[in-house]
Amino acid sequence: MSAAIDLLLRTIAPILLALVAGGAILVALGADPFAFYADVLRLGLEGSGWQQTLTAMAPLLLIALGLIVAFRAQLWNLGYTGTYLLAAAVVAGVAPDLLAVMPFGLALLLLLVISIASGAAVAIVPAWLKATRGVNEVVTSLAMSFVAIGVANLLVRGVFQDPTVSVPQTRVLDLGLMLPYLPSTRVHIGFAFALAAVLILHVVLTRTSFGLRIDMLGASPRAAAHAGVDVRRLTFAVFALSGALVALAAAVDMLGLWGYMRADWNPGYGDKILPFVFLARLSPLGSIPLVGFYALFATGGTIAAQRAGISVDILSVYVALVLFFMVLIEALGSRLPFGRSYLRRGLIGGWR
Amino acid sequence: MTIGDAAIAAFLVAVLSCMMPLLLAAIGETVGEQSGVLNVGLEGVLLVGGCAAFATTLATGSFWLGFLSGAVAGMLLQSLMVLLAVRLGANQIVVGIGMTLAGAGASSMFYDWAFASSRPRLGKPEGLLPSMFPILDAPSAWVPILSLHGMSYATLVLAVLTSLWLHRTAPGLRLRVAGQKPAALDSVGGSVVRTRSFAVLFGGVMAGLGGAYLAVISAGTFTPGMTHGLGFLAIVATMLARGRMALLVAVSLVYGLFVATGTVLQLTSVSIPSDVISMAPFVAVLIALAVFGGRDSPSGRGLPSGRGSPSASGH
Repeated sequence: MSAAIDLLLRTIAPILLALVAGGAILVALGADPFAFYADVLRLGLEGSGWQQTLTAMAPLLLIALGLIVAFRAQLWNLGYTGTYLLAAAVVAGVAPDLLAVMPFGLALLLLLVISIASGAAVAIVPAWLKATRGVNEVVTSLAMSFVAIGVANLLVRGVFQDPTVSVPQTRVLDLGLMLPYLPSTRVHIGFAFALAAVLILHVVLTRTSFGLRIDMLGASPRAAAHAGVDVRRLTFAVFALSGALVALAAAVDMLGLWGYMRADWNPGYGDKILPFVFLARLSPLGSIPLVGFYALFATGGTIAAQRAGISVDILSVYVALVLFFMVLIEALGSRLPFGRSYLRRGLIGGWR
Repeated sequence: MTIGDAAIAAFLVAVLSCMMPLLLAAIGETVGEQSGVLNVGLEGVLLVGGCAAFATTLATGSFWLGFLSGAVAGMLLQSLMVLLAVRLGANQIVVGIGMTLAGAGASSMFYDWAFASSRPRLGKPEGLLPSMFPILDAPSAWVPILSLHGMSYATLVLAVLTSLWLHRTAPGLRLRVAGQKPAALDSVGGSVVRTRSFAVLFGGVMAGLGGAYLAVISAGTFTPGMTHGLGFLAIVATMLARGRMALLVAVSLVYGLFVATGTVLQLTSVSIPSDVISMAPFVAVLIALAVFGGRDSPSGRGLPSGRGSPSASGH
């Protein structure tokens, strides 16, 4: 079996197995899995479905990039939920004012800078605790995520609250002030922006010394330090970049799709995209088809689940199934003699 | 019972409602971590345990059967961590995130499927010794304490027993060696995999009980996503206590007092926003970690281990 086919098989097999196992759950709940999957495809692709799928891909791709940068360096930045929500609250909160007082392009640039700053600020705390105090980043980035979620909700209920409505939410952005659509579509330019970011980051991670240093840090921090990498500085840089990318996802999502932020709202993008990032072997380019698949499944699946009379949370179960089958195949694959493990040390072999 | 007693009882119940689920989950997480497994999927285990306990208590009318079913459900979900991470050596964090997704998704789906139209609630649980009050003729100050459900006492007993097990017995020592120097346990003929498997399953039982307490005692019902990050708080509390059970109980008690006080204050003019109450523990933990640093964790924690494998050395 050639390496390419092996690779493809190991990527697709977990998804297929999850679809089979998920189908069994649907049967157990009294729903027709074939009708469900047909609905998912139809709703996610036909009519305006493909445009919604592409729109959903925009923030998902940027979050995937944020995870890829951190995980390639073996830095477990798990603060993506709070990072996303805080940036979303800040951008949605200040966008109406900024867009009202200055030209669209300038306001947009400023909003992106603000979101980057907010994302980097959240991510820098675990980076600082790891680099200077030696505290494991898994727990601190999780804790920081909850702090950021709290701040985001305080902002939406406080200074950014729309005074004209009783529900806690920010002012709704005027439709004319949102991101424009790509020519002859209803897909906002955030999608093109995300694709461009994927290409840029792919080059940076695979073709530059910065990318090489990240991979060295991921392979072994001691070896990296030995080779002259400033591990502390790189830890800060990776965390800040990771947080900034996740925050950009929020900015694009708020300005392109939602137009406002509501308190206690949480789309839960990060957790759901995480298995697909590993299936893409932490490759930015490789993440495009896999994120695309999840975007299609989520777009079609949300309405398909409602039609089948099943909780939308079945999407989480599907993602978990993909993750478990991926881990299972990977773990068995590294023991059974069907070729070398395709994954980086991240998935098999633990963490520091 | 005078009005003062009633107020004390209400406050005590509020404190324990917040404290006990956290403590139960954190005891389990402590045992897992001491054996070398960091489980970030606790949130999912709590939800599954709560959902199972609620459904069982609703069907049978027995709170104790509810706890039993919560413990079993928690252990079942946690067995994924045993199979994938402990046995097959997969990354613990990745498996943990999958467990959170699976637990949250499955419990929410089950609730939708079984209860969404009826939205049932449970009655008040019986106190420890309700029928004995007249006989005991206890001083009225004791009434609020005696009217708590037996699981509240059982939790504290479990905390003491777990502490003794970890720090005063040979199996406990082996368990901690599995976390700190897996190779050492390996070399004296112990099984790191078996030790960790047991510890992780014990963690599942405790987290299942924690979720059960939250659902059937604290809330009297189950709602999807009702933990609101309590599982992550338990992980953080575990890291803060570093295996010392007394500290863990203290941290949980402070948390319970804090949330209950915040709730009481919301009835007065000095109201603290609920967002502040929910994020404050995490702020406190970050500050504590910044001050005390990361002298924590069993060094073998998080690493897979197999007999004779290079990773068994803990590097």
